[in-house]
Amino acid sequence: MNIVMESDLSQSIVEVKDVSFSRGDRSIYKNMSFSVPKGKITAIMGPSGIGKTTMLRLIGGQLKPDSGDILFEGGSIPNMSRKELYEARTKMSMLFQSGALFTDMSVFDNIAFPIREHTELSEDLIRLVVLMKLQAVGLRGAKDLMPSELSGGMARRAALARAIALDPELIMYDEPFAGQDPISMGVLVKLIKSLNEVLGLSSLIVTHDVNEVMSIADHVIIIADQGVIGCGTPDEMRNHESPLVQQFLKGLSDGPVPFHFPAQTYADELLGEKA
Amino acid sequence: MLDLFQKLGHKTLGRFAALGRSTYMLFGALVNVPNFKKGTPLLIRQLYMVGSQSLLIIMVSGLFIGMVLALQGYTVLVGYGAEDSLGPLVALSLLRELGPVVTALLFAGRAGSALTAEIGLMKATEQLSSLEMMAIDPLKRIIAPRFWAGFISMPLLAVIFSAVAIIGAHLVGVDWLGVDTGSFWSIMQSQVSFQQDILNGIIKSFVFAIVVTWIALYKGYDCVPTSEGISKATTETVVHSSLAVLGFDFILTAVMFTS
Repeated sequence: MNIVMESDLSQSIVEVKDVSFSRGDRSIYKNMSFSVPKGKITAIMGPSGIGKTTMLRLIGGQLKPDSGDILFEGGSIPNMSRKELYEARTKMSMLFQSGALFTDMSVFDNIAFPIREHTELSEDLIRLVVLMKLQAVGLRGAKDLMPSELSGGMARRAALARAIALDPELIMYDEPFAGQDPISMGVLVKLIKSLNEVLGLSSLIVTHDVNEVMSIADHVIIIADQGVIGCGTPDEMRNHESPLVQQFLKGLSDGPVPFHFPAQTYADELLGEKA
Repeated sequence: MLDLFQKLGHKTLGRFAALGRSTYMLFGALVNVPNFKKGTPLLIRQLYMVGSQSLLIIMVSGLFIGMVLALQGYTVLVGYGAEDSLGPLVALSLLRELGPVVTALLFAGRAGSALTAEIGLMKATEQLSSLEMMAIDPLKRIIAPRFWAGFISMPLLAVIFSAVAIIGAHLVGVDWLGVDTGSFWSIMQSQVSFQQDILNGIIKSFVFAIVVTWIALYKGYDCVPTSEGISKATTETVVHSSLAVLGFDFILTAVMFTS
């Protein structure tokens, strides 16, 4: 039993076990389990409003599950003390949908920020590190700009540079492709892929941009109906027998997820009959 | 009827929960080992934003309030031939009441609303979350320096307000209306007690500083992170802190000046 456990740990960086979570009266997850393999790109996909971002916040320890456990490198995130949690967070980073750059500092200072906060490096060294990170995302020339002067795609790349500033082991992307034009989308896809290979980190992407993410993911998890409805390699998912998975991947307007929001029958409503 | 009680209970519980959350926030921000090396630049920046930036409105308001006070006081006093007492009248009303209270009200409108809006927007744009994910506590990094900046700068602003207002009163009372400058200053000096008037005024100002800054920071930190939520939080900051200042002023006055 112990041997199995250890081999499990060496393979997965995050393990979600039987997690249930609800907001108010609304249940978001029910006994959900999955694991994120180490060194790979994992994609969590699912329709909007299914609580994908919530999953990332659960892993990051910003929210606590009602029941179940979340392991990060073998340590239980919900049961950590504040100090341990902050310790664990230095090993993960998160790219927020909005980028969440600090608007009162330049791009350079934004990327230097986590380094200045968590290390005692000299300013000369910090400058080198920041320039390297900016070079990796192609924004070395934009180091003196303020976040408000960046386009959406550039802001996300700058945020990506900040996310990798401390060389994390896990990087979580929250909808990295949302609202991007095809070019910056392509740039981001390439960046995520190459960062994963070059830095040897594990990536967890939450998205509903099926085609982009299927092209780079090693492992795909599809969430719907408060739980995992399918997981495996992109090829396995394409041949998955579940009609829900097929509807999602192909983007069909009607299927197990209905096109219509639940309502009384159309004829009744038009004729003015009360439900 | 039952419905009414239910609503009342719900509201009351909500108020207490908010009080609990705000206390939790303040303690989380303030109870820690201070890191002077990293904290000092943050504090200085906030002192500039919160304190220095409020100087102009405080000084201009102080000047005018002092001038009006002298004008009103003179017209009443001169009827009794007591215009020599203009100095202590102006000084006492400023040091005991108007200085701390008007400064706090102006501070709530000028700096408090800005703090709420800034923190609310940081929340809406996920900057607070992203700090947390970088393993940096936003309470210590964002809330604490702003709180201390408010705590330090408001009493200083109140002192400046009173000083400028007395100069304004001198301008109108002595230079324009012709009150004797010697009696203006000397009666003021003999009537104003350092402990009873100046010190109590400063204590008031510290209390108002805590109240206003706390409300402003909490409203921003706890707001609904949408444009509507931020606008509501900003309004609430000004309204709640103004009311709280006036309420506390009554209590403090009752404690300090009735014997």
